[in-house]
Amino acid sequence: MNESPGFYSSSVGKKILMAVTGMILFFFVLFHMAGNLQIFIGQEELDRYAKFLHSVPEILWLVRIAVTFSFLVHIVAAVQVWLQSRRARPIRYKVRVNLATDMAARTMIWTGPIILLFVLYHLLHLTYGALYPDLFVEGHVYQNLINSFRLWPIAVVYIVANIGLGFHLYHGLWSLTQTLGWTHPRFDRCRRVASAVIGIGVAAANISIPVSILAGLVR
Amino acid sequence: MRLTLHIWRQSGPDAKGRFETYKLDDVNEHMSFLEMLDVLNQQLIENGEDPVAFEHDCREGVCGMCGIVINGLPHGGRKGTTTCQLHMRHFKDGEELTLEPWRSAAFPVLKDLVVDRSAFDRIIQAGGFISIHTGAPPDAATILVPKEDAELAMDYAECIGCGACVAACPNGAAMLFMSAKIAHLGMLPQGKVEADRRVKAMVEAMEKEPFGACTNFTSCEAVCPKEISISAIARMNRDYRRAFLPGKAEGGGKLEKVKLLPAT
Repeated sequence: MNESPGFYSSSVGKKILMAVTGMILFFFVLFHMAGNLQIFIGQEELDRYAKFLHSVPEILWLVRIAVTFSFLVHIVAAVQVWLQSRRARPIRYKVRVNLATDMAARTMIWTGPIILLFVLYHLLHLTYGALYPDLFVEGHVYQNLINSFRLWPIAVVYIVANIGLGFHLYHGLWSLTQTLGWTHPRFDRCRRVASAVIGIGVAAANISIPVSILAGLVR
Repeated sequence: MRLTLHIWRQSGPDAKGRFETYKLDDVNEHMSFLEMLDVLNQQLIENGEDPVAFEHDCREGVCGMCGIVINGLPHGGRKGTTTCQLHMRHFKDGEELTLEPWRSAAFPVLKDLVVDRSAFDRIIQAGGFISIHTGAPPDAATILVPKEDAELAMDYAECIGCGACVAACPNGAAMLFMSAKIAHLGMLPQGKVEADRRVKAMVEAMEKEPFGACTNFTSCEAVCPKEISISAIARMNRDYRRAFLPGKAEGGGKLEKVKLLPAT
């Protein structure tokens, strides 16, 4: 490993790190979604779950640090490979055609920053309660959600961000199987479909929360 | 058939280029794209003008020399077709075509539609050698290669190094080319010994050139005249990752991976 420039110095290595950290972030998103869906069981259940998460602060902070670290590595590597690619075509084509790519792939560089901004907003809104102090009571997760999502501008922010997340997950999940070399003729055809199903599924499940509250289905 | 061509003209590597418009009135639909350009150049020469420079050699779709971006599509965008094998019958009478060279920082324009692709050569050189016994022809079937491996390696080995993958990639990445080379050598017993060293060395050489990074747009696969699958890229990513595992010596792979028949 010492003889050649390190793993991280190549764009291939950077992409592999992006795939691994992206996967960690995906598992966090999945876990976060599953936890939040308990809102549909009821207030007691969701608040008890929130309390449970906070029951061992060491574990909570360990997870937070791991997720933050993954987030930072993911972003730094993404910016680096993006800059590398921008330099690769100084003179652009006069006629530009989108060849075989889909919108999700082309908008990764936009859905990424959207998710970043949303995460910061979300942390200030529902973790630290700094954004709307009137709507937030520490530990009363269920009530905080109801208070917030009754207001359509907040609900819209969450809905838009999760649509972005869905697109990002679709391309990201498919892409990571490619970047990690998890391919096999037997399941190659399912990779796209599975990524789309998960991307749409996660986005829809997350969006169902603000939508249900906005529609008055969850009170 | 009649055609209007907007062609990138650039007199030298450092000259400023521009698009020039040419009209052709009598194009035979059975001509190949390059033959159509030959007709144009004949006209230009007769008028005392500088003919359009473009690369070509075999005109049979196997040498990898030709390559023009036609209306934004490298090699014209027909499935499994090089520019030389593209025929005028695929275009409409009166059509306007914009002809551009491969656009990549790694492929500087030399003249008009000709680019310098020696960045590819430097990647290939970094790949080094494969270990085989030379001398008398070996006995048949001393090294067994599973049929599927042989077929797949041949699919990857079809790469003619034309550079359409780089031209098509929104990132200007050279991953399909590089991975096709790495895959076809790394899959066969003769190339396996150096597989770990090779993948690292070739990636390193690629990074020294101003290519972009792969973000799995899959445009390369769509334009590849040899229809090489992006599974080559996945394979290369896997090989690269594994080459950094402990125990993978810089000098080569593990010898026991090579399938040899026991001596009789």
